Amino acid sequence: MSVTLSPRGASAEITDFDAAASCFAIDGLSLAYDGRPALRDLTLAIPRHAVTAFIGPSGCGKSTLLRALNRLHDLDDTVGRAGRIRLEGQDIHAPDVDVAELRRRVGMVFQTPNPFPMSIYDNVAFGLRLQGIKRKRTLDEVIEWALVSAALWDEVKDQLHTSAWRLSGGQQQRLVIARTLAVQPEVLLLDEPASALDPISTLKIEELIRSLKSRLTLVLVTHNMQQAARVSDYTAFLHDGELVEYGATDSLFTNPRLARTENYITGRMS
Amino acid sequence: MKRWRTSGEGGWPWLAAGGVAVSLLMVVALLMLIAGRGLAHFWPASLERVTLADGAVIAGEPVRHVTTRDGRDEWLYRTGNRDLDGRTWRWLEAGDIVSRTRPGDLLELQRERWGPFIGRLVAVREADTTVIDATAGSARRWQALETRLARARALRETIETRRRETIAPLARQLAAGTASAEQRAAFERARDALTGLREALARDSLVLESVDGRRLEQPLATVLDAWRPNAMGTLDKLGLWGRRVWAFLSEGPRSANGSDGVWPAIFGTVLLVLLMSLLVTPFGVLAAVYLHEVARQGPVTRAVRIAVRNLAGVPSIVYGVFGLGVFVYGIGGTLDRWFFSEALPSPTFGTGGLLWAALTLALLTLPVVIVATEEGLARIPDHQREGALALGATHYETLTRVVLPMAMPAMLTGVILAVARAAGEVAPLMLVGVAKLAPQLPVDGEFPYLHLDGKFMHLGYHIYNLGFQSADAEQALPLVYATALLLVAVIVVLNLTAIFLRHHLRQRHRALRH
Ligand SMILES: Nc1ncnc2c1ncn2[C@@H]1O[C@H](COP(=O)(O)OP(=O)(O)O)[C@@H](O)[C@H]1O
Ligand SMILES: [Mg+2]
Repeated sequence: MSVTLSPRGASAEITDFDAAASCFAIDGLSLAYDGRPALRDLTLAIPRHAVTAFIGPSGCGKSTLLRALNRLHDLDDTVGRAGRIRLEGQDIHAPDVDVAELRRRVGMVFQTPNPFPMSIYDNVAFGLRLQGIKRKRTLDEVIEWALVSAALWDEVKDQLHTSAWRLSGGQQQRLVIARTLAVQPEVLLLDEPASALDPISTLKIEELIRSLKSRLTLVLVTHNMQQAARVSDYTAFLHDGELVEYGATDSLFTNPRLARTENYITGRMS
Repeated sequence: MKRWRTSGEGGWPWLAAGGVAVSLLMVVALLMLIAGRGLAHFWPASLERVTLADGAVIAGEPVRHVTTRDGRDEWLYRTGNRDLDGRTWRWLEAGDIVSRTRPGDLLELQRERWGPFIGRLVAVREADTTVIDATAGSARRWQALETRLARARALRETIETRRRETIAPLARQLAAGTASAEQRAAFERARDALTGLREALARDSLVLESVDGRRLEQPLATVLDAWRPNAMGTLDKLGLWGRRVWAFLSEGPRSANGSDGVWPAIFGTVLLVLLMSLLVTPFGVLAAVYLHEVARQGPVTRAVRIAVRNLAGVPSIVYGVFGLGVFVYGIGGTLDRWFFSEALPSPTFGTGGLLWAALTLALLTLPVVIVATEEGLARIPDHQREGALALGATHYETLTRVVLPMAMPAMLTGVILAVARAAGEVAPLMLVGVAKLAPQLPVDGEFPYLHLDGKFMHLGYHIYNLGFQSADAEQALPLVYATALLLVAVIVVLNLTAIFLRHHLRQRHRALRH
């Protein structure tokens, strides 16, 4: 499938990270839905053990970029792609890559909380059982650990075997995070994880994101500028499928290099 | 749900509500009609002794009153006694009737042959000697009849069990030539014992008299039941009614005109529907999963979908023809040539049977299951699938662990619709193996227990036979109603079972949201 590549390689100069410190290295990534470009020639590196935020107006391609990182686009055969994505130096599109294994390493949390229609316990055990882990003792231990890590244990420890759909939206989202953590991913992708939640639940999720940084690499999509400023270490501003500006969150928010970025973060452009 | 209140917009909401009311009323009226007519048939109605103007006396049950076009009033009486009169029904002109009484000693006998007897009991005989005669008083005669009838019934039951449990298996071994000398002796002994029982059963007989004085001697062994409706209280009648309904439900037909029990037909209907569900569910679900979850969406899948939906509209008799051509003659004939050639030219699978009928119905209901399952799959949000994939599940694991369990209620909806459609189908079955009379159940204690090649009975076809093929339409009509009611009841029970199952599944994950 042909992909319209952006003539301007505007993003190349913004990769100011050491390749060795980066978890994902995205190189000239372009992506199109049914011939309509959604990402244009993106090049950026995502640093390990940090929170990287993708911001930008709705429809600019944040989710598309995120879903490219765990190859969720594979399901949709109208998607065309050019460019390379490397995870820890390995091309994720190489023929010998096991997609299921890649997705286990790169966990993902979606905008709508999506617990399965099973008990809380079975939800967290889902990924483990996929790996063939059946021993009750092991499962119990990992599930407790994951729920503790997702700051949900205290709220659900007495109702592990009730339906996950009984939980509140915020609890469901933390359950989904616990479910993802249980399979010990290296990267956690979060696509507007708090946009469907109330302010208190949002704060809990943000706290959780910060606390997870020491263990894994996080990539957060958000349309909420304050949220990006509060939790992320690095921020990438996308607009219309292009990477406009990318850098440390502090400098990007206090001292944006480009006028487009400044306009967006000060709210003159939505 | 929002209620769209309309005020001052005219009467159209009333019109809509009226439509609902009329539909409901029609359903209720239909059910009440078939229930009333069907169930009343088993009620032991009072018997009348009618004296006519010309001095003739008859006895019977008044069934119907009609006014003919030329203004005459006529009564239809069920008079029984076909062996004496050569007929079971009589039309009497109301003007000819002088008196109608209900004598307490009028009795009705249900007999193995000749239909019912209506008249009086004169004497009871035991091996050629009269033990109770007319001098004994009608109460004592009736009592003697009741005790002896109970004895005969018990003997008949013993004979039946012996025949089924002892003699039949031995006879099979003898026929197959695998019996030992010991078994041969056992067979002889059992047969002798049976002869003894049959003689004991033949001991008693009844001397009966019709109201106009004709007598006949009736061996008690041929009497199935007896009652004196005019002397019975409501409670007694209710008991008898229950017994007769139960006999209707639990016994097999005794004659080819299908006038008795319908148990094999109930069994055949339920078994056929269960087999059909077992066949259609996996195929329908697989097809729907392929269409919705595997196939690349495009003009081809769209065309297949349209074709499937249109298949649901093909008349069922066409499926019957297909089943006959493909399953019975095609596959069945081939199976016979390959595996049962020693039995040819008499066919084993190359003739209509349970398996082919179930397959035909499965084909008939396949579109319903596919459509319902696909709709269920479409209702599952994509983020559920993505959630599983994002945890490292393969496409197959996502399907089996998340998607299919969530689509289970929709599949059951499909099966419910399939059952509802298949249970009432008669036309295709006539081509692929339903039988007018097959008292042998397709399930028994003999290997392989379920005889898929066997003919079977079906309530729907039974209704058709009763209604159009029996010699005595007046007698068949109430049975048509009763059988129709039963068919409705069977379908309702089958559907309720599936609905209960679906409810149970849904309950397991009653959601607050979604
Ligand atoms: N599955 C899809 N098929 C076709 N177009 C899509 C699909 N998903 C997203 N798009 C388009 O791609 C562009 C980027 O979408 P998305 O990545 O979801 O934006 P964001 O997450 O930044 O709001 C939008 O123009 C959107 O309409
Ligand atoms: Mg998005």
